[in-house]
Amino acid sequence: MSEALLEIRGLTVGFDVPGGRLPAVAGIDLTLGKGEILALVGESGSGKSALSMSLVGLNRGPRTHIGGEVLFGGRDLVGAGEKELREVRGKDIAVVFQDALAALNPTQRVGDQVAEMIRTHRRISKRNASKRAEELLGEVGIANPGQAARAYPHQLSGGMRQRVMIAIGLANDPAVLIADEPTTALDVTIQAQVLRLLKRLQRDHGTTIVLITHDLGVVAEVADRVAVMYAGRIIEQGTRDEVLFDPQHPYTMGLLSSVPRVDGPAVSRLPAIAGSPLTGVARPDGCAFAPRCTFVHEACQKQTPPLQRRYAGEAHLDACVLDEAGRARARGALEEVAQ
Amino acid sequence: MSPTPLMEIEDLRVEFTGSAGRRVRAVRDVDLTIYEGETLGLVGESGCGKSTLGRAMVRVTEPTGGAIRYLGADITKLRGTVFRKTRADLQMVFQDPFGSLNPRRSIADIVAEPLLRARGTGRDEARKIVDDLLDQVGLGREAGTRKPHEFSGGQRQRIGIARALAPSPRFVVADEPVSALDVSIQAQVINLLSDLIRERGLTMLFISHDLGVVRHIADRIAVMYLGQIIEIASRDDFFAGPAHPYGEALLSSVPALSKEPRRERIELTGELPDPADPPAGCTFHTRCRYATDMCRTEAPVLREVQPGREVRCHLPLIPVKGTS
Ligand SMILES: Nc1ncnc2c1ncn2[C@@H]1O[C@H](COP(=O)(O)OP(=O)(O)OP(=O)(O)O)[C@@H](O)[C@H]1O
Ligand SMILES: Nc1ncnc2c1ncn2[C@@H]1O[C@H](COP(=O)(O)OP(=O)(O)OP(=O)(O)O)[C@@H](O)[C@H]1O
Ligand code: SF4
Ligand SMILES: [Mg+2]
Ligand SMILES: [Mg+2]
Repeated sequence: MSEALLEIRGLTVGFDVPGGRLPAVAGIDLTLGKGEILALVGESGSGKSALSMSLVGLNRGPRTHIGGEVLFGGRDLVGAGEKELREVRGKDIAVVFQDALAALNPTQRVGDQVAEMIRTHRRISKRNASKRAEELLGEVGIANPGQAARAYPHQLSGGMRQRVMIAIGLANDPAVLIADEPTTALDVTIQAQVLRLLKRLQRDHGTTIVLITHDLGVVAEVADRVAVMYAGRIIEQGTRDEVLFDPQHPYTMGLLSSVPRVDGPAVSRLPAIAGSPLTGVARPDGCAFAPRCTFVHEACQKQTPPLQRRYAGEAHLDACVLDEAGRARARGALEEVAQ
Repeated sequence: MSPTPLMEIEDLRVEFTGSAGRRVRAVRDVDLTIYEGETLGLVGESGCGKSTLGRAMVRVTEPTGGAIRYLGADITKLRGTVFRKTRADLQMVFQDPFGSLNPRRSIADIVAEPLLRARGTGRDEARKIVDDLLDQVGLGREAGTRKPHEFSGGQRQRIGIARALAPSPRFVVADEPVSALDVSIQAQVINLLSDLIRERGLTMLFISHDLGVVRHIADRIAVMYLGQIIEIASRDDFFAGPAHPYGEALLSSVPALSKEPRRERIELTGELPDPADPPAGCTFHTRCRYATDMCRTEAPVLREVQPGREVRCHLPLIPVKGTS
């Protein structure tokens, strides 16, 4: 990995809910290298969005408890004040939100929303900001950006709104771009265009990108490294090739076998990991995946297995206590299901 | 046994007044039949009118012109009680899970609402149906007491699915219903939908950008471009090779989960068309790699080129045969 740009240490995010405190992020260590594209994948509800929002304090509130450290440019953002964070947000670290409709202001034209982000961090005339906003809308593949800029969010399709969010994220050429499901509402041809844009930013501007996505095909196309989350923790981490083509954790293996493909035989039932993820406040000891894991045994329930190097490459970490033979069996069993 | 048409759409048009008062023709010239018990996958470019078509079919959006027949009766003119009854049969899973959930109400109330309002189900029975549905979509019945903002993107999406299924509809428009789910939960939800289709004879319009997902759930595929349907084919025919050049580009752009970079990918260059001012001739000609002079001037019509296979292109990519 290249030089470290952002270091997350022991990050926790807890939400107060009726039954107690929900551990949405339960202790994460992660280092982002300058200019890399890291894909963050994993279970729905595993804390990916909570993690990304807490990096720049976007989910602070009386019922949210954030702990640990986020080190960036010599300071800790978890402890930083609101004023300091406002400087960082959008300019150094930009977040493209998952839910575009909720994140955009319904009463303001989208072009003005992009221009406003530019003007927050730069001394630039209104006119030039609007011009730049239109350019950005064009760059993310919106047809007739001049017209789109004058539209209100509800006048745009889901995919157009999503691209407006990406344009806002790119407005100030941030050092780190955190893009939360930026292409889910896009058709695959426009998705390919947005992915090329991300690659270009990485190459030409050295932008560090965290790409949160459920689409493992997208991960295969653009990611340098991959981290897999389950129930608030990273359970596997490594290079794209290591995680996608030599998975070590049974959850990662299960995910990969559930991908519906456009080639090969069409199956009538997709292989799915049985059971539901943990969503409640209570988190029993041991591996969080144990209740759904086919290969669970006694050792799994004793304590939460730490994320560390086990049987794979040097930087290929996982949090599963299975030994080498157990992993081979797990892989074999899944291949059988996939037949 | 010949299939029974459940939804028949004739010459449907939906227009909006866009920014600066321009007329946006979001859906035009759409003729489409969806048969009882089938799932029709609807794919196409972002902004081409898929959601608008789906919303018009369940009358969340009012069509500008044309007819929508549900079991033979035109529903575009229905009002009052009759409309409410019919609406309970026709449900929608909305594309924006958050925007479509009332932030002040509990999940259980949101899911129960269509049941209580349109079906007149009693409170206790509704409660049981809601609990079962929340379990089935993998949220768990405990989720019922919480509010929408406490849920992740994928969890909200499943709330929307549960709400649409609650009144036991006959026809569901599912607009990107699994796009925010991880692939394993996605597989569970798709399997659940497949079961409901089989057990209850549910008919569905399934809108998605994920062609892998569409391939696993749809019987037939319709492709849209700039407000119009440009291709209709059976699932296997479409994935064996689209007939329309846009369909071809679409399929070639699916990101592959493989070590090697993809085989040939058709990059769509050329000007992106504006729905308020569609190009003359074939609306795809500005980006089509096969376009000829005829394509630039004459608009192709949607025609049957093989049994059950329709395409709106002067130069379809499959041989024309077997139709009279
Ligand atoms: N404001 C909140 N109050 C209470 N609980 C919350 C809140 N926001 C998120 N949660 C819970 O925290 C957990 C993590 O949510 P998060 O949005 O980070 O998931 P995610 O990994 O982004 O999922 P998805 O892939 O579905 O978007 C979930 O169980 C969710 O229900
Ligand atoms: N309420 C509205 N007012 C004005 N224009 C609208 C409105 N709703 C949709 N449109 C326009 O109609 C066209 C079709 O939008 P629609 O949402 O149906 O597209 P879509 O195919 O669902 O796209 P996506 O895949 O991005 O969700 C777009 O050009 C959009 O801007
Ligand atoms: S009609 Fe012509 S321009 Fe249109 S898709 Fe067919 S070949 Fe391309
Ligand atoms: Mg999320
Ligand atoms: Mg849509």
